[in-house]
Amino acid sequence: MSEQNGSNGALRRGADAFELKVGLAEMMKNGVIMDVVDPEQAKIAEEAGACAVMALERVPSDIRKDGGVARMSAIEMIEGIQKAVSIPVMAKVRIGHIQEARVLEAMGVDFIDESEVLTPADDEHHIAKHDYKVPFVCGARNLGEALRRVGEGAAMIRTKGEAGSGNIVEAVRHLRTVVGEMRAIQALPEEELMSTARDMGAPHSLVQYVHEHGKLPVPNFAAGGVATPADAALCRTLGAEAVFVGSGIFKSADPEKRARAVVHACTHWEDPEEVLNASRGLGSAMEGLEMETLAESERLANRGW
Amino acid sequence: MPASRPIVGVLGIQGDIEKHLNALDRLGAKGRRVLAPGDLSGLTALILPGGESTTISKGLVRHELVKPIQQYAEGGGAILGTCAGAILLSRASRNHPVPTLGLVDVEAERNAYGTQTDSFVAPADPGGAAGLGGLECVFIRAPRLHAPGEGVEILACVDGAPVLVREGNRFACTFHPELTDDLRVHALLLEAGGRPCES
Repeated sequence: MSEQNGSNGALRRGADAFELKVGLAEMMKNGVIMDVVDPEQAKIAEEAGACAVMALERVPSDIRKDGGVARMSAIEMIEGIQKAVSIPVMAKVRIGHIQEARVLEAMGVDFIDESEVLTPADDEHHIAKHDYKVPFVCGARNLGEALRRVGEGAAMIRTKGEAGSGNIVEAVRHLRTVVGEMRAIQALPEEELMSTARDMGAPHSLVQYVHEHGKLPVPNFAAGGVATPADAALCRTLGAEAVFVGSGIFKSADPEKRARAVVHACTHWEDPEEVLNASRGLGSAMEGLEMETLAESERLANRGW
Repeated sequence: MPASRPIVGVLGIQGDIEKHLNALDRLGAKGRRVLAPGDLSGLTALILPGGESTTISKGLVRHELVKPIQQYAEGGGAILGTCAGAILLSRASRNHPVPTLGLVDVEAERNAYGTQTDSFVAPADPGGAAGLGGLECVFIRAPRLHAPGEGVEILACVDGAPVLVREGNRFACTFHPELTDDLRVHALLLEAGGRPCES
């Protein structure tokens, strides 16, 4: 839709407007986005109170186990999930895969995750995300990476964590790093912002924004290793505005109950009694991986530039 | 009127709760996150924010807030629902219907414009009693309002279709005034909350 003048000088703008992309991300705040691999799982997630689902062929722990090249999911699978639920449907593309992203946009997917969980298509460049009508979310380990992605047009940032690990330690590290770096930038004198922007490889205008507002210009969510209600509450405590859960739901003993419990803990993270109640009777969580058992080459978080 | 700042509740289950709290702060009101029936006492007004109507409607049941909110509104309490909140206020919803509170006599069609790639910003049509012509309206996977009852006043339209309606002290708004700097819709709510009960 092209821009056109309305009364009082207000403009009519289409979905390519950045504010609309960030707007949808705002609507997902205080919620839980769940990985699902088929329409049945999508319905369970919606019924549990997920604010969106991420459609993918295999959850990250299986991608890790199976090895090989992980690509955008099959069209029919994503379409099946779009038909099954009324909440927003997200889907993943490989880093830098312009055409997978165009295909998902043409399908009317609500959000695209340019994700390190899939095998990168471009080992130097990410997608120029401002050019699309559909909003993008990207992973980040630190503030420089987060601001580079926002500079490219990402409307939401999530921590990378370590997907499919069932271990929250990396998500915690990434959240603390991003939030800590923002705090440090807020305290800097104006004249040090340019050198800081140069050193962190981030656009100066966005470093300036962080300096003035103390937060990212887009919502800041957590992902990668969330397995329990307390994990979700921990991410909220450290500044995440919403939480993605990948393998943590459907690789657990009782996905329906755990999904509901994570949703509850995400809303009530400030109330330990509520997190306690949510944590009761869930059966076993997914199996977790010690980071030391993962070689650097096996760590998904190292993908992205 | 008390000299202290009016307290306005924002349903705190899911959605862009903070954006409404910021808007209220800018208007000089004190925001309060509502998560339990007790949080409704002493409110000047209540807001049901944007977010996912499925998620929020399930949360209303799980938090045992359906009856208390209906009682609050039936007692004359001012209430505004934006986007998902407007769906929840309606008498019924269609297109993957969700249970609603039945507080505004209008039917809400969910995701009526399509998916996110059909989201848009448009100015409100000129005219109308509330003087909202030209107001910038942000529609995100927005609903449409159909078949308003006799007691429902249409305050703003876009392309001839109602986007903000009022029934007594209850406002259903299909766009997101909390995402812009123009806070006239929130101001209408505060004004309604300051009045003695009429309905």
